[in-house]
Amino acid sequence: MQRGKGMKFVGDSRVPASGRKPNIPKDYSEYPGKTEAFFPNFLLKEWLVGAVFLVGYLCLTAAHPSPLERLADPTDSGYIPLPDWYFLFLYQLLKYEFVSGDYVVIGIVIIPALSFGALLLAPWLDRGPERRASRRPIASGMMLLAVLAVVYLTWEAVENHDWEAAAEQGEMLDDEAAELAEQVDTEHEGYQIYSDQGCIACHGDQLQGSGAAGPSLFDTQYDVDTIKNIAVEGIGEMPPGLFEGTDEELQILAEYIASGGGAQEGESGEDGASAEDAAGEETTEESDEE
Amino acid sequence: MLQRLYDWVDERLDITPIWRDVADHEVPEHVNPAHHFSAFVYCFGGLTFFIIVIQFLSGMFLTMYYVPDIVNAYESVKYLQGEVAFGMIVRGMHHWGASLVIVMVFLHTLRVFFTGAYKKPRELNWVVGVLMFFILMGLGFTGYLLPWDMKAYFATVVGLQMAESVPIIGTLIKTLLSGDPEIVGAQTLTRFFAIHVFFLPAALLGLMAVHFIMIRRQGIAGPL
Ligand code: HEC
Repeated sequence: MQRGKGMKFVGDSRVPASGRKPNIPKDYSEYPGKTEAFFPNFLLKEWLVGAVFLVGYLCLTAAHPSPLERLADPTDSGYIPLPDWYFLFLYQLLKYEFVSGDYVVIGIVIIPALSFGALLLAPWLDRGPERRASRRPIASGMMLLAVLAVVYLTWEAVENHDWEAAAEQGEMLDDEAAELAEQVDTEHEGYQIYSDQGCIACHGDQLQGSGAAGPSLFDTQYDVDTIKNIAVEGIGEMPPGLFEGTDEELQILAEYIASGGGAQEGESGEDGASAEDAAGEETTEESDEE
Repeated sequence: MLQRLYDWVDERLDITPIWRDVADHEVPEHVNPAHHFSAFVYCFGGLTFFIIVIQFLSGMFLTMYYVPDIVNAYESVKYLQGEVAFGMIVRGMHHWGASLVIVMVFLHTLRVFFTGAYKKPRELNWVVGVLMFFILMGLGFTGYLLPWDMKAYFATVVGLQMAESVPIIGTLIKTLLSGDPEIVGAQTLTRFFAIHVFFLPAALLGLMAVHFIMIRRQGIAGPL
């Protein structure tokens, strides 16, 4: 490279006008072994590996669509939570007696801080010049132990989790199932009684109510016994003596109504919760609206 | 044509030294699976990088539809997954990529550890690597909440409870993350979104640059 006075630049820039570096690859014959250039030799091979990997990855994506459960419902306290799998080891660790409850500091601070701290500071903890894993047994042993512990804890968490219940509790209902859940079971014995006894005239063929004549019974807050009572004695504007069947039929009818018309348990999370909140009030949400 | 374009730019910016530096870094025999198949263990770092690039790209596309608020977040994900062309693929790649990247970075860490590549003079690069590992875990944690479905919500509640049980600063951490010492709600979602989409990726990009510059400076660790 030219130096000092007499150097020419491109315009008023600092880029020299001549003597620029020629664009030719390095000579690798002097390098040890079969060293090769990153570009283009090695990059091409890397590209191939990358392409194969990408195909596998896309197959995974196509075969297993990413999951989506139903909309978050903070009031559903019965939900069994589960973090993503790579946090399971910590999640599981905190279930053991001496690292949770009163000792939670051990589980949440001391153990993670020690292990992750050791990981971070590994170069200063293992200072010997030896690189082979077999020649530094303490470091390798500790790492192996840590890996085994993480694998074991993750495994235990997976074992202990009730996957079926978990799949059910978060299930997102597709439109058809959601509609089914909204619909009453008209094949049910109770429905027969419901329509025979004339309840259907005021409370609708889907227990949905019929405006002023009668409120929805679909998610009534009353329990079986109260419903039995109401059917016989009436309530508010509902006249008494409407039910004229046997005690058995009354029982079936009341159970049928209390169960929401035999509707499938589905989006009961929300309904159940709001039912609890509103329990004790005389009217349902539906009759409020009217 | 291409050559003339290159020369035109090179005359003005003198890019050859930079370009030769990128193209000419040597790949030693012991890390090249083409020569020793067992050297495939040296691929994990590259694959981690590859998946992170995919995560950045797919994530950018996801934000074209995703709405970070508690009313619309769930619906927007559902719409993206169900209605948008290739939405399922893009979300799938981001979802599975999040798991794969953890697997790859774990394998990469083990490779570096068991080949003793973190020893002098590469201590700093190891530290940067472990920091990136933490950032990836953070990205996983914050991203998990964003669809705002049942498992997202309750996993976050548990995560925040864990954070809260840290003595002294626990409540502070929780408030910082969720925007309120008690409520996990609208603020939590926007905070997690910001952390997931701006803070952590920015930190990750910076650390990746440092990681790679250090590798280029020192070269890859020699054979055992
Ligand atoms: C004449 C129309 C009519 C008929 C027939 C009728 N109901 Fe009612 N029912 C009503 C009205 C009106 C109410 C609202 C009473 C009120 O809250 O003032 C009601 C309320 C109820 C409630 C309480 C609902 C709630 O959640 O508040 C139950 C349970 C009920 N009826 C059951 C029955 C059963 C069982 C039958 C059939 C044996 C029946 N009803 C037949 C008009 C009717």
